[in-house]
Amino acid sequence: MAQTLKPGSGPLDYGSRTWLKLLFAAIFVALYAPIFTLIAFSFNTDKRGVIWRGFTLDNYVKAWNNDALQEALLNSLAIAFIATIIATIIGAMVALLLWRFRFPMKAAYEGVMALPIVIPEICMGVSLLLFFINTGMMEWSVGMPWPLNLSNIVIAHVAFCFPFVAVVVRSRLIGFNRQLEEASKDLGASEWQTFWNVIVPFMMPGLVAGALLAFTLSLDDFVITFFTSGPETVTFPVKVYSLVRRGVSPEINAASTVLIVITVVATVIAMKLQAPTKTGEG
Amino acid sequence: MAEAIVSLRNVTKTFPGGVKAVDDVSFDIAQNEFFALLGPSGCGKTTLLRMISGLETPTSGQIVIGGEDMALTPPNKRPTNMVFQSYAVFPHMTVADNVAYGLKVTGVPAEETKRRVGEALEMVKLTHLAARKPDQMSGGQRQRVALARALVKRPKVLLLDEPLSALDAKLRDEMRLELTRLQENVGITFIIVTHDQDEALSMASRIAVMDKGAVQQIATPSELYEQPTSRFIADFIGKVNLINAKVVSSTAKKIVCDAKGLGKIELPHTGSPTGDIAIAIRPEKLKIAGSPPKAAKTIAAEGKVRDVAYYGDTSHVVVRCKDDLELAVNVQNDKRAGGSGVERGQKVWIHWAPEDTLVLTE
Amino acid sequence: MDSWRGNLRVFWTLFTPGTFWLLVFFLIPLAGLFQDSFSDKISITETAFTGTFANYVRAFDTVYLTIIWKSIWISAVATAFCLLLAYPIAFGICFAPARWKPLLLLLVILPFWINLLIRTYALIAVFRSQGYLNLVLGWIGLGPFEMLYNNGAVIMGLVYVYMPFMVLPLYATIERLDRSFLEASLDLGGSQVQTFFKVTLPLTMPGIITGIILVFIPCLGSFLTPDMLGGANAIMIGNVIERQFKAANDYPFGSALSFLLMYVTFGALALRAYFASRSKGVDV
Repeated sequence: MAQTLKPGSGPLDYGSRTWLKLLFAAIFVALYAPIFTLIAFSFNTDKRGVIWRGFTLDNYVKAWNNDALQEALLNSLAIAFIATIIATIIGAMVALLLWRFRFPMKAAYEGVMALPIVIPEICMGVSLLLFFINTGMMEWSVGMPWPLNLSNIVIAHVAFCFPFVAVVVRSRLIGFNRQLEEASKDLGASEWQTFWNVIVPFMMPGLVAGALLAFTLSLDDFVITFFTSGPETVTFPVKVYSLVRRGVSPEINAASTVLIVITVVATVIAMKLQAPTKTGEG
Repeated sequence: MAEAIVSLRNVTKTFPGGVKAVDDVSFDIAQNEFFALLGPSGCGKTTLLRMISGLETPTSGQIVIGGEDMALTPPNKRPTNMVFQSYAVFPHMTVADNVAYGLKVTGVPAEETKRRVGEALEMVKLTHLAARKPDQMSGGQRQRVALARALVKRPKVLLLDEPLSALDAKLRDEMRLELTRLQENVGITFIIVTHDQDEALSMASRIAVMDKGAVQQIATPSELYEQPTSRFIADFIGKVNLINAKVVSSTAKKIVCDAKGLGKIELPHTGSPTGDIAIAIRPEKLKIAGSPPKAAKTIAAEGKVRDVAYYGDTSHVVVRCKDDLELAVNVQNDKRAGGSGVERGQKVWIHWAPEDTLVLTE
Repeated sequence: MDSWRGNLRVFWTLFTPGTFWLLVFFLIPLAGLFQDSFSDKISITETAFTGTFANYVRAFDTVYLTIIWKSIWISAVATAFCLLLAYPIAFGICFAPARWKPLLLLLVILPFWINLLIRTYALIAVFRSQGYLNLVLGWIGLGPFEMLYNNGAVIMGLVYVYMPFMVLPLYATIERLDRSFLEASLDLGGSQVQTFFKVTLPLTMPGIITGIILVFIPCLGSFLTPDMLGGANAIMIGNVIERQFKAANDYPFGSALSFLLMYVTFGALALRAYFASRSKGVDV
């Protein structure tokens, strides 16, 4: 430690220390270098992908024309879309329940509700696989037309997404001033009118953030989908998995880049919505 | 004055973003003083205290402690210790461990540490709580821990940041007495930061009043109250009637001025100010009477009582005079019957001695 | 908060959908898995519940015990690296100028939202023998090195993937840590190093424990990272479980292994609850 301090800077001004800045730079490079190389090389003309040979959009065209990849991406988006709607509705209801009511065994109920968040994904994946096989839902879904053949995956995704939505929506509800509700009722609104006109608008940022979270979680999921999808249905991560096993190709880079952009945009929006009070700072 | 233990020389602190928290401050604090830094919030007093402790460094200037410039010395190398506003008693240590902390980290032998911790706890009357964790203690007790923890280090200077602000009113009075007694017993220089003038006036031997990053006046409590050098000080310390006036003429020992609502009055004052001035008079120095005063030299004004507020021992009376001049008068309720003896709407005379009046040019 | 009896209609409306979904598509499947772990395999696709402990006993065969042990130490090493890297990051973000904090935090968490598979794929592209890193090393006359398909690669992958889980709880704890504790320590004569080990570290312990558990559990159950970055000898429990369900068709044994993983998870969570209840530091 330095025996003297710099004029104007206190002993706890770590933010201005050089070693910390260097560490930050190093860690951010390590975190982002692989992702940026992946994105950069999706525009590369070289087939083997290692050496930069020139800019092209061919990989995107090829990825787009790859029927299997296109189907997988479409499946993933459809699953994420449906699962998000169901998970948001159920999650919001759980959040309202936990926010509004006292009931016996509430602590235990909350604990069980948090289980899908904490248990290892693979355990949830194999338990659902067994369940779908034993109940015959696996066989049933295989013969179904699109998008019903995705229903097992949707069910599984809803099961791990809605507890996350509940957490996000509930943390929003905690900031709700019950006097607003009382004021609304005092002014003559019914319980139902109060819910739609006062509580739902207040919940909205939480709902949107929760929905975007569910959407990204669903779109990202590999492990649980890997176990619950039948042999015929392929989602984007599962498709990439089988392609990567065969080697690296710029086409995968292109498709991955598209998915990265979708997720990053959704995440940034969700974060902005979750921290509405902080926008005024700095 | 005795030898200076802390002397600040042209200390300036500019925060990133260009805000000058402390602007070219210079003064000395003598050995064994109980010194108070007093001022409204944001005046730079806490920043100044933190610069003496080493938790902040000045952008320029010298901070000489015990004869050595320590402006850039880290806090752990300075002979100063601090009692934090939030007390900052370590929650993961017992009371005894908290007090021992500063000795252990500086390598004081275990035997000596034990003895000194025992003495320090004795001093703040916490011996029976030595094994407690801070979360089982009241605010007042935690403050004693913070005091013992700082004093056990035998610093040359003890710094106290708003030490009474988090205590309730009764405990505050108790602690105020105890701090003054403690300071006399240990013979260490105390520097206290406070925004509460009563605290500063009742405890400190000398007070520096700060405003907008600069020191406005340094004086003993009574000087500060009776001889403020500016309108800001007169207004900030205690209650005061400030009346705008214009100098008409002045001699070496007195001036004649034209004051709002009072007309031409003669006041004793050395120095020969000109132009606009203010005259200040404390409410307790004003007298209320039903008829004009007879003494020749008093200053007097006729008015109507606008408001009477009863405070038990005193009543605060507001009287409206000529030219919308409003004067606040404190009346001692020294008779059981009758209270202040005046009521709203009553016509009264206010009078006071010219030598109780202050002439303020700044 | 209202009592549930106060408005039964609203209560049941809100209670039913979530509870139904959790019960039918989460708890019952888990119960099925639990039952299966005490079953015997009677044909390629059929199992029968017999109450046997044979599947659990088999998990303690040397072959599997070695893999379980390896999973534990790989996860432990990965968690340790995460902690060593994440602590300075979280600390730095907390002490950074206020206007930089949200951005720095976003930069740390953002990769977490990018598909796990894509991130792992990106790592492969960098580290494989014809990858970018070897290409760069080639320019200075080194390599190529085989950096993938070993335990080290798995650890690196796990650190890369799970680091945000460590940064977040640490950030939350350090941010809530009252600066005056650190100032008091320095003021009392403690050096920066003493202050860190005697004040900062103990007071942020709850965040450290949460972070360790949040990283250790998914590491232990990871399947994709060792599958893609590990070689044949770098497999972990997750891969063994996967094989029982996807290739070997030994569901009862796979179920038993899954439940062993669950027990460890519950143990870790109980440990965290224990530390949280007795901690005097900053709560997460």
